[in-house]
Amino acid sequence: MKKVAIIGYAQHPILKNAGALNEVELIMPVVHQLFDDLGIGQKDIDFTCSGSCDYLQGAAFAFVEGLSAIQTNPPIKESHVEMDAAWAMYESMLKIQMGDAQTALIYGFGKSSPGDLNAIISLQMDPYYISPLWPDRVSLAALQARVLLDQNIITKEQMLTTVVEARANSKNNRNALITDLINESDYFSHAMISSPLNNLDCPPISDGSSAMIIASEEKAYEFTDQPIWIEGIDHRIESSNLGARDLSTSATLQASINQLDLENIKFDIAELHTQFSHEVPFLKSLLNLQDVPTNLSGGPLIGNVMMCAGLDAIGKTYESLKDNQLKHGLAHATSGPCLQHNMLVHLETQK
Amino acid sequence: MSAEDTPKDYSESPINLEYFYTAGSATTRFLNQVKEGNIVGQACPKCKAVYVPPRGSCPRCGVATDIEVPLTDKGCIESFTVVHIPIPGNPIVPPYVCAMIRLDGANISFLHLIQEVDIEQIRIGMRIQAVWKPKEEWTHSLENIKWFAPIDEPDIDVATLRFQEL
Amino acid sequence: MSDSKDLLRAPFELAYNYKRSNGPIMSKFFEALGEQKILGTKSSTGKVFSPAAEFDPETHESLKEIVEVGPGGAVESFSWIETPQHHHLIKEPFAFALIKLDGADTCMLHMVANCNEADLSIGSRVTANWSEVQEQRITDIKFFTLEK
Repeated sequence: MKKVAIIGYAQHPILKNAGALNEVELIMPVVHQLFDDLGIGQKDIDFTCSGSCDYLQGAAFAFVEGLSAIQTNPPIKESHVEMDAAWAMYESMLKIQMGDAQTALIYGFGKSSPGDLNAIISLQMDPYYISPLWPDRVSLAALQARVLLDQNIITKEQMLTTVVEARANSKNNRNALITDLINESDYFSHAMISSPLNNLDCPPISDGSSAMIIASEEKAYEFTDQPIWIEGIDHRIESSNLGARDLSTSATLQASINQLDLENIKFDIAELHTQFSHEVPFLKSLLNLQDVPTNLSGGPLIGNVMMCAGLDAIGKTYESLKDNQLKHGLAHATSGPCLQHNMLVHLETQK
Repeated sequence: MSAEDTPKDYSESPINLEYFYTAGSATTRFLNQVKEGNIVGQACPKCKAVYVPPRGSCPRCGVATDIEVPLTDKGCIESFTVVHIPIPGNPIVPPYVCAMIRLDGANISFLHLIQEVDIEQIRIGMRIQAVWKPKEEWTHSLENIKWFAPIDEPDIDVATLRFQEL
Repeated sequence: MSDSKDLLRAPFELAYNYKRSNGPIMSKFFEALGEQKILGTKSSTGKVFSPAAEFDPETHESLKEIVEVGPGGAVESFSWIETPQHHHLIKEPFAFALIKLDGADTCMLHMVANCNEADLSIGSRVTANWSEVQEQRITDIKFFTLEK
């Protein structure tokens, strides 16, 4: 594999309701900040790829409008994924591997405030057997939470600890949406939304955007003296047949762990795209991260911009390695309330 | 087996989603002026292109269009189509004309109706002007303009409308 | 709007009336619902998928053999909704549940109604209740209720 590095990442402050900004007005500041930080412009970018979901905006081909946020004259090479921008990063990585690009700009954007996210996520499910029942995202996540609790793979106390720590870690994240601290009695006094998940177990409705630039080895040092290398990346998809899955484990993550040979790496830090509290102890156990500081950014529970939060996990891992002179970081991105897709990214500072 | 008894080889899967849309900054600025009967485009600070209706950015340069540019309600037809088939829910009786309207001073065109003229006479480059609804009916919508109608001015060669690099 | 500088807001509804082709396997499944029967598909190793799957996600084997399952089954997991949201089909407290129908090896996602949260647990026995009108949709099963 060619060596590819992350050389920049920017995140818009996460907002509860970004009504004052349309999608383009949300994207422009993060792209400009990245360019200004690196002293480059769109002319230095070979490939641009975005991640967003048209259903969030309620308009077909809404993602095309997002392109108005970046300079497209002279015409550029670009692409889009109807997914979290972590997958736009994956596509960009492939583009560089194929030799079609040396640099790539990735951006994601999402406003969950105008629509009904619970209903929208129903449409992500099997359209014959599941979507017509309109299961909301919390209820779908709760099905997996109950399996994990029932089989003692996780405990209610671990879910509480996850929520308390996420709030406490929000102090590390200048873009956090939720910063109030909570204690045990706050947690247990919250009414269930979809038992066994209460409001605090779920991420807030969030609006925002993020952007990242990755580059080949040749280009990376041209733009920064602190590239962080993508040492390994793997993404896999669980069966779309939800009822045929074993929700107590993740076959895809297990396969990725083997593919990336993660068991032999001592991670200094991890950022997981864990939208619901039960997913943190579950993934920490699966990924053998029990002793690894995880989600020091607070993670999705203190701000969860749909179609960005996966890219943000990668971006926060990048920032953490860079700012604290750490060596190995693990980032995880997902799609869906039952961890239907999983991507693992192993980031490493210069060997 | 009657038609009604034939097993369906498809499932109905209707989708209904409700949104509460916010217009964002640029569109709000534009529509607040439309409410007052004014058409105010927005210009790119770099390439000076004028956008109407504005979306908040210049897609050529990737920067915010923060310069307000008042425009007239006159322009020309950049292209048009004659609609012959009724569209469900649309109260306009065919045939009627939809045209790309290029207002004077703007660098992009937008879609609106052409009326008060023989369809046969409509042509690219024809000069037109907005016909507004009564003021008391004005809202935050380009529907404040009922349609555009021809005016007695010489045609424009649309080739001259192409964007010139500065 | 009192202040012209205020942001403009407007409600809108997005509606699509999609029709989805069912294909040979799912057509049989949906037709059978009209006769108040629930079907599954059986793999060469004897694993039964219900609702009827077109392929085995692990072996990728194309599934052709149809078997009848249910209408009773056991709850494998559930999420209890005390306050239904506006898009939910049931307006009283209910559960979404993964239900392993008798004779099947995989679960069907559906709803369990007419009970209290305390009555439900993993392993609870439930049975299908049928909608008054059959439309050849998964909603032809109205919901499941606890077996008497």
